This record gives sequence, C-alpha cells and structure tokens, in this order.
Amino acid sequence: MRPITYSRADDTAGAVTTVSADPTSDYLAGGTTEIDLLRRNVLTPRRLVDITGLPLTGVEEAPDGGLRIGALARMSEVAASPLVRERFPAVAEALEAGASPQLRHMATMGGNLLQRVRCTYYRDAVSPCNKRDPGSGCSALEGFSRGHAVLGTSAHCIAAHPSDVAVALAALDARVHTLGRSGEQVYGIDDFFLTPAHTPHREHPLEHGELITAIELPSAPVARRSVYLKVRDRASYEFALASAAGALSLVDGTIADVRLALGGVATKPWRAHRAEGVLLGAPATRDAFAEAARVELADAHPTRDNAFKVDLAQRVAVRVLETLTANGRTS
Amino acid sequence: MTTAIGQPLTRVDGRPKVTGAARYPTEFPAPGMAHACLVGARVAGGRVLSVDASAAWEEPGVLAVLTHENLPRIAGQPPLVPSLFGGPAPGETFFPMQDDAVHYAGQHVALVVADTHERAQHAASLLRIEYEESEPLTGIEQGRDQAYEPEAIFGGFLPARNSRGDVAAGLAQASVRVEGTYRFAANHHNPLETSGTTAVWDGDELLLHDGTQGVTATQLTVAALLGVPLSKVRVVSPYVGGSFGCKAMVWHHPALAAMAARAVGRPVKLALTREQMFTSCGHREEQEQHIALGATHDGKLTALSHHKLSPTSPFDDWAEPSLQTAAQMYACPNYEGSYRLFRANTMTPTFMRGPGDSSGMFALECAMDELACRLGIDPVELRLRNLASADPASGRPWSSNGLEECFERGAARFGWYDRDPEPRVRREGAWLIGTGMAAAGYPAPAPGTPQRARARIYADGSVVVQAATPEFGTGVATAMAQVAADALGVPVSRCRFEKGDTDFPGIAAAVGSAGAGMISAAVHTAATALREQLVGEAVADPGSPLHGADPSQVAVHDGRMTAGPATEPYTDLLRRNHRPDAEASGTWHPPGMDAPYATTTFGAQFAEVAVDPELGLVRVRRMTGAFAPGRVLNARTARSQLMGGMLWGLGQALLEANHMEHGTGRWVNASLADYLVAVNADAPDVAVELVEVEDREVNPLGVKGVGEIGQVGANAAIANAVHHATGRRVRKMPVTVEDLMELPLA
Repeated sequence: MRPITYSRADDTAGAVTTVSADPTSDYLAGGTTEIDLLRRNVLTPRRLVDITGLPLTGVEEAPDGGLRIGALARMSEVAASPLVRERFPAVAEALEAGASPQLRHMATMGGNLLQRVRCTYYRDAVSPCNKRDPGSGCSALEGFSRGHAVLGTSAHCIAAHPSDVAVALAALDARVHTLGRSGEQVYGIDDFFLTPAHTPHREHPLEHGELITAIELPSAPVARRSVYLKVRDRASYEFALASAAGALSLVDGTIADVRLALGGVATKPWRAHRAEGVLLGAPATRDAFAEAARVELADAHPTRDNAFKVDLAQRVAVRVLETLTANGRTS
Repeated sequence: MTTAIGQPLTRVDGRPKVTGAARYPTEFPAPGMAHACLVGARVAGGRVLSVDASAAWEEPGVLAVLTHENLPRIAGQPPLVPSLFGGPAPGETFFPMQDDAVHYAGQHVALVVADTHERAQHAASLLRIEYEESEPLTGIEQGRDQAYEPEAIFGGFLPARNSRGDVAAGLAQASVRVEGTYRFAANHHNPLETSGTTAVWDGDELLLHDGTQGVTATQLTVAALLGVPLSKVRVVSPYVGGSFGCKAMVWHHPALAAMAARAVGRPVKLALTREQMFTSCGHREEQEQHIALGATHDGKLTALSHHKLSPTSPFDDWAEPSLQTAAQMYACPNYEGSYRLFRANTMTPTFMRGPGDSSGMFALECAMDELACRLGIDPVELRLRNLASADPASGRPWSSNGLEECFERGAARFGWYDRDPEPRVRREGAWLIGTGMAAAGYPAPAPGTPQRARARIYADGSVVVQAATPEFGTGVATAMAQVAADALGVPVSRCRFEKGDTDFPGIAAAVGSAGAGMISAAVHTAATALREQLVGEAVADPGSPLHGADPSQVAVHDGRMTAGPATEPYTDLLRRNHRPDAEASGTWHPPGMDAPYATTTFGAQFAEVAVDPELGLVRVRRMTGAFAPGRVLNARTARSQLMGGMLWGLGQALLEANHMEHGTGRWVNASLADYLVAVNADAPDVAVELVEVEDREVNPLGVKGVGEIGQVGANAAIANAVHHATGRRVRKMPVTVEDLMELPLA
C-alpha cells in the first residue's frame, strides 16, 4: 500500500512549516482536485496536511472598496456573497458556472486557482505527459484534443487551464497573497499562472509549501458591471470550451476602460491584453470588438480537433463586449 | 370496477432505495470476503509478452494474481445469442486470459485478489506487463475498405440484407429524391451502478450476486463457461442500479469473480471501476448510415434504401439492428437495406437503450423531414400520407398500432400547428427558435422461452408473487403487485412481488422493452391459476357459501369470491380447511417468431429548440412525446421510463459521444467528466402522452412496453428542430457547437 500521513493544521504558520519541510507533502483543503487525483495515482503525496480549520475564510471589505477573499472560502460562499455580487458580478457568475453545486460547496478559492488540468493524458496516470512526468512527452499533441488550448501552448503541453473564476479574476486584476518559508508574497494574477513553455510541470511561481492565504480584488468601479460568459456542450457541470470575462466603461461612445480575459482556450487564464489595446479609445462597435478579438487570437495554435476554438473564443469575446455595451444582459 | 393495473402508484421499493436499505450486487457481505481488481490491456492489439507480479506479491494481503498463464481454461464458449432468447448470453464469444492475445484496449489481462479493495487496487497498479504491440484498426475511416456483408447479425437472428420490390426502379420513378449519409459517434451506457459481482462458493455450489438484467442469463452463461451444473449455480440480484443495456448480456466479470473465488477459497467481490465500464460491457458502435428516399409529388414514398456500416469485434458479427423498424414504418413498396461490418480492435458492441432503432429511425426521420421540406408538406401530414396499414416488411397485420393517434395527440399537446414551416424565421434575442418532430417505433419482442411465475396467498389474505427477474429501475415490483392484485381480486396493498433470484420461477432477461409484457404475462397467468384453484375449491366445498356455483360466474374483488348473493373471502376458505396458504404456478408460452402479427410499438416525438448560431449553442426548450405502448401497468413508472427515454434521446442528439483514438485504440472519453450525459440543467419541460391501444396478441394483458420507445425519434425531433431554427441540416449524432457555429463572425 501507499501509506499517507494525515494531520490537521491548527495554525497557518505551522502548516506552512510542516509542508515546506517535506517535499512529499500536500495541503488538503476542499479535496476536489487532490483526492480525485490521489485516487487515480496522478498525485502521490505521502503526507496530507488538512488546512480546512485555518482562519482563512470569509469575504472582507478593503478600505478602498476592494475585497479580500480568504483562500479557504468555499466557491459557493463567495458566489453568494452580496459584496462580490454587487462589486464584482463576473466573479460570482464565473463561480456559479463552474463545477456542480456539490463541488462548489466543497472546493475552496485557493484550491480553485491550483486545480490541475483536465487533460485525459495527464489524468490517466500512464500516458506520456510532460506535466506529470517531465520529459516523457505530450500525448495530447497527436491525441484527442477537442478540449485543449489554442493560446499559450508549447511543443511540450497544450492542456487548457480549467478554472472559470480565475478568468474573471484575471480580467479584474486580482492579486494572490501567499505565505511561504520566506514570508508573505503578493502576485499579480497574471504572474501567478505560468504558460507551459519548456516546463509544463511548473504551473505557478510558488515554492513547495507556499500557501495561498487570500485573493484580493482591488477596487474597480468598472467591475460593477462585469460579466462572465461560458460556452460548453451541456448546460451545467462541464468545463468551458471557451469563456470570457469582461468589464468596460464608455465615455461619449468611446471605450475609456476595458478588461477582458479568456478561458477554456488557453494554458492559463488569459488576459486579453492585445484586444484591450485595440479597444481602448475605440468606438464601442461590433466591428471594433471583432477586430480586437481577431488580434487576440492571431497567434493561436489549434490542433486538428480544436480549430473551432479559435473562432469560438472570438465570438465569446465579442458577445461579452456587446453585452457590456448593451442595456441589460443577454443569457 | 377500478383496476389496480394502470394506477399511478408510487414505487413500493422507493423508500429502501433512497434510504440505502436496498442491497445491490456488491453490497452483500460474506465472511472472509476478498476483493478482486481487474487490469485492462494498455494496448489495443498484439500480445502479452510477460507479466511481472513480483512487486504486487510483496504487498501485504495479496491472495492471487491471475493472468493468461494461470487462469483456468473455460469449459466452453457459448455462442452469442441475445439474452431475450432465454439461453446463455455472453456479450462476446471471447473469454479473456485464455491465451496471450490482445484484441482491444482494456481487455482484461490480469485479475488481482487481495483481502481489501484498496490492497487489490494497489497491487494491481504494481503489475509490470510487457506487450508486443500491433497497429490497431479503430474507426470507420480506417476500416471502410475492409467492410464485408455478414450472413446475419444479432446472433444470427437477423439477415444482413433485406429487400422488397425494386428499390432502383422505385427511386427512378420518384418525383423527388432525398439522400444523405448520417454519422453516429459510439455511445456508452453509464448506469449509476457500475457492473459488479459477488461470488461465494459453498463446496461445489456457487452463489452469485450480479448486476444483470436477467439472473437466469447470468446463471446459464456462468454455468456454461465454468462447466458447472446449472442446479449448482444460484444468482440472487433483487436490485440493480440501472443498466440501459450494459447488463443485458453477460460479460466476463461474473465468471471471473467465480474463478477468483475458487482460486483463493474465499468469497470474492469484483466491481468494475467507472473507467472499466468503458471497456468491459459493450457499447453502441460508431456507425454510418446512408439513406435514400424517393417519393411522388404528393409525398407517397416510392423507395427506401438504407445501408449501414459499422465496426465489430474480431469475434462476432454484431451490429445493433438499426434498419428493422425503419423498414416497417411507412407503406413503401420498394425497399433495400443492408449491414456491412469491418473487424476492428474493439470488444463486441452490444445493446444500448433504443438499440438499433434510435440510430436507424434517426436517419429515416431526418430524411422524412427533409422530404417534407422539399415537398412543402407538413411533416406530420407527410407521415400520415404514408401510414402502413400492415407491416410492409412481412405483410402481416399489426397486433395493434396507434401511430395516427400519437401524431394527433402529440401535435395537439405540443401545439405543433402553430409553427411557420419556413426555417429560420423565429428569433428571440440571440436565439433562433425551431420546432421539429419525428415518428417513433420499436419492436414489441417476445422472449424465446416460456415465462414462469408463482403466486401464493396466505390464510391471512396476504399475497406473494415470485419470478426470477431483477429490478433495475423500471418499477417492476410495483407494477407486478398491481397485476397480481387484479388477477386475484385482492387489494394491491396485500400483494408483494419477490424477485431477482434464480430459485424463483424463470424469466428471461428483461431487455428490448420486453420485460413488462413477459413478466406481467407470467404473473397474470400464475395469479389467475391461483384464483381458479381457489374458486374451484370453494364451489366444491360444501362448507362454502359458493358451494355448487358455476366457477365461471364467480367474480373476485377485495379478497372475496362472489357469485350472486353468495360471497366468501379467500381467508375463510383457507382457514376453514386448515390451510396455511395456497399456491399456483403459471407459465406463459409466448407466440413464436411465426406469429401471424407484426408487433411494433409506435409513438410521435416533438421538440422545440433554441440555437444561438453565433456561439453554436443549442438548448432544448420543451419536448412532447405521445406513445402507444399497449396497456399501461403503472402510469407513473411508465411516464417516468418514457421521459427518461426522451432525455436519453436528448443526450444522444447533443452530448453523448465516444471516439476510439487512432493509434492507441483507447476510448478518449472514459470518465463521466469527459463522456457527457445530460444533466438536470439540460432537461427541458417534458410532456408524455399515453395513448392506450388494445392489443390482444402480444401477451395476455396487451403490454407492449415503454423501455425503449421513449428514446426512439427524440434525437430526430431535436435535429429537425435545429434545422427549422437555423436552416442547417446536421446529419450526425451528436450535434455539437462546431456544427452550429455559423461563419462568418462579423
């Protein structure tokens, strides 16, 4: 058997010390990724430190009007928070578009950011996979890749980042707070996720044992009308084929501020910087939106199975921008 | 007089099911239980060079590692015959670990037994298996050139080619022709309960708890494979957690569990993992169907040509019978249909809900919709113009029909005629709205063997009826209590149906929508025999008020026998004669294959969809199905099955797909996260109309069954609605985002 030591942490610093000291240890929070992959022999920790008792929960108001979301706040709690719904509706919408109610009651916000990819070849624990077994190769390149990424890919990995809420957080410039052996750190969300490049097994800049303590959403009046749109085959409980989170403000019909990020199509929650560049100062027209989306996807690398995503991502982006500039929302 | 039959009673076993009291096949405890774990081949073709089990044996608790090197040989391989025919029914005529050959990915190549499930799993993961790998043949594009026309399909019961009239002449004389190729992804069943078996030997007697649609099928198949006398094999399976066809045939794991139990001298529990469900109990095969219709200007069909191509295993000529009902639906004088197969690195495909007809009728009913559009005739009207007054394939009259009434009542309930037939004219915001319909048909098949049941009444008036059939979600225990209640004239609350045990009178596997008909026939026959026995005793009993009455004039109701003013409860008769109980058996002899009737269940499906053509999204907004399943035993459970079937049709239309990966021969969607079935959020408002038709031929109560018909045609109604919404005709299952995104964007 593969013995696993289980312990419950009762203080944050102690948990960090314990896990940092043992490279075969993992944190256990909601368990919706960790237990799943442990059972499949994809993750093989020898020690699990249960952090669900740590005081890292809740949604708090920051003095500037932003929010601080505890890393152990459950997805369902955050989605239901009136503060989140009022100030950052895209975050609530993305949370509610993710997983299933049962999973959302268990999964934590910090765990959500650290969830692993849904690539079949990663998850089967056997196929060559550079993410699971560096240097073994990428089975998805020649395999079935309808759900895989078209942006941010490399010759070593094309797995799409699965999170919905991380896309909204990317659009809204969230910051990730951590505690590690070397103390507290703050990462801009865009820096928190790494593209695979030559090191697909490195998904975050975190050192082993570095624990997410909170997610900070800085005050942004534009975010009060933010939206999240997710396209998938079935109406619930499926990862995105393509999604987009956006926020936008107009001054005299011209785009004065815009935030746009894409999901389901990239190896990380994809802040659409290029599209934003095209849109800023442009008129709020369908043509401008389409041009911005086209520019964002210009360097996409589709496979035989997911070429439609290049097109779909643009359509989702345009729809989000149209929704933001129309009165009300479309579903 | 109110009958129990037909009442929408709630399930008698609803409470044990939702509270966990109901026991499923791998939940039976046994002292010293060991746990077996299967290992599937990682390659799809080649052979096993070596199995190194040294690391596995180092683990504590390991009891056995069985491979082709040490698993006992089977006593004999029974032929593949559908389980409805009542004999041994292996899912494929191949048994694993008899030699080193690997024919498909996931084929069982080792079985590890340990004292706990976790230890067995872990030890199984430590086996080091070396293969010699050969290039697998996986999909239609690779196999097309090697296709052959088999002599017969379906265990030899259906010819691979059928024709009537002259299809070429019929197409030539047609004023309008419609032609198309339809492609279907493979489907996997995915019942909630994965398949599993608990095997317990007591000396030379074997007890199996097995997830199966037929305990007798498991008994017969395992006995044949192991070479054990039938009298020594008992299968007990009162509850099965869903099947949808993957437990209709008997796959390898029940016999393997028995072999493992014999090898370790302990009871063994063998449960398939969810992933193993994709490679251990069959699937609906990937397929391609080509259809051509010819018709006159006023919509009368002149020809139907319908050909299918699909992969099968190296062992069996299996194709789901997609062409049979499509050949019978309409009065079309000229017909030709054929099955072509090619051998691929796959296990033998099998029955899956709406077997055959959910694909064959999809192609036909989409083509009919296309024809209706071409001719400018309403789709319902086009079908009415082609109604078949007798089975066009055999010339035999229908035992009952009801299709016309299904069209009428379904259309009325759905509001069909409110539509503008022009495609792409209804828009709501970003959504295009469309409606579509299709006809449904599925055989009402008879089992191949006599069906038996036993009825017993106790002196307190309570009744037990027994038959071997398991309950796998259909509500059989409730419906059969209703049947017994009416035949005996006792309140349904006094009747209990005992089931799922080969020690009870034999019933064939409840498959192909045949369960309700054949089990009710046996139960009705047994309960009627018991009533006649009791009435006979009463009229012959000088102590009975009914003494001397004409038995044919005795009515039974509420636990009493009554003739004119004379009346006596069953309980008085039994007590007076010091009888603790009375019992009778009943055997129903089904009509043979040469019965002078065609028995088909008909229905009509209607759907409304919304399509966002920019994002490629399609959502079904409402569905209406009208079905004529003969007599309905329980309106609640019948509706439930029909609604479930319709939602399966939705899943097949829009979600369910599996593909064998080229190069590796592995299924790409081998989990419930990747293989998409419809979830609650996909389910629209579903309305079910029950059109009861009297059928005096199929079985004593005229029950044609609701297990399959709900799915047939639902997919076509949705695809036709997609066409109506968008003007796009998508000839494939499932229809997905890629198919509906319209270019260009701007």
